[in-house]
Amino acid sequence: MMLRRLSALFLGCALLVAPVLVLAVDDPSEILPNPQEEARAEAIGSQLRCLVCQNESIEDSSAGLARDLRRVVREHVAKGESNRQIMDWMVNRYGNFIRLSPPLSIGTLLLWSMPVLALLLGLTIAFFSYRRRRTAPVAPPPLTAEEKARLADLTKD
Amino acid sequence: MSTPPENTTRRRLLMAVPLAGAAVVGVGFWKMLSGMQHGSFNPHNINAPVLNRPVPDFSVPDQAPGQGFTAQDLRALTQPVLVNFFASWCIPCLAEMPTLMGLKDDLPMWGIAYKDRPENAAGFLKHSGNPFTRLGNDHDGRVGIDWGISGVPETFLIGPGGIIRWHSAAPLDVDTIRSTLAPLLESLKKS
Repeated sequence: MMLRRLSALFLGCALLVAPVLVLAVDDPSEILPNPQEEARAEAIGSQLRCLVCQNESIEDSSAGLARDLRRVVREHVAKGESNRQIMDWMVNRYGNFIRLSPPLSIGTLLLWSMPVLALLLGLTIAFFSYRRRRTAPVAPPPLTAEEKARLADLTKD
Repeated sequence: MSTPPENTTRRRLLMAVPLAGAAVVGVGFWKMLSGMQHGSFNPHNINAPVLNRPVPDFSVPDQAPGQGFTAQDLRALTQPVLVNFFASWCIPCLAEMPTLMGLKDDLPMWGIAYKDRPENAAGFLKHSGNPFTRLGNDHDGRVGIDWGISGVPETFLIGPGGIIRWHSAAPLDVDTIRSTLAPLLESLKKS
């Protein structure tokens, strides 16, 4: 029983991880011979938007343009260029839109600060509602004579 | 039983907060959508970086029936030219051809066949008419990437000195020419 649960858990984890490992490299000749360089090319490619199917990275997409851009990234990696240089090369041609995570600027300040702002807002609300519950327990108003009579009437045997 | 007056004003204020929030969001969406309709806001406008920059370094070999060209050829120009990326396998390009044919007497056009076999591109131009005075072939699509195109057809207006003045990632139509391209050409001629 225990063993079965463990194997189910393992299978669940494997299924969670599996989609991350599946990349759209349709042709093995695309892969760089040096595994370290290939890993770096994949890391860069997963940060670049495919401009045809716009919510996929070029590593995930099998569009023609994504394949061309993957090849360009690998050529630049093989030439020994830094991640920054390759990113700049892409942004120079396609603008910041090609970056799946936008850089911090005036226009994206609200976007990037939103998690912190949301956390602060939540903490503020939690703090005030907690304090109100602690300091001012809401006492029900005393019963009127009429209500008392009705209660006695209801609870008599 | 009645609540104290300061409590009701506070409650009313609290009620107004979500209403005001919804109003702000509504106005924001309305501005965005009307901008998309008028063309002043385009969330898919990925080619903004090339505008008002010189054309990138490139060269395209001859594509029958025309002669290829390079970045130097465009930078040496003294008159505006339209550069159009097309392909024989692209249906919107075929649909766009009559518009280009109608425009070619007013504005010289140079074409680049994008990821196309030379014989297919030549056949396409024989069939649809050839509006281009110079023609190059970008067989592996590398020139297209240097220009920042994401598909075909894409059109660039090149001003004197080889500066990219305008770009369209959609097929050209008469409305776009009248509302955007023609006024821009006028202003380029004056300056």
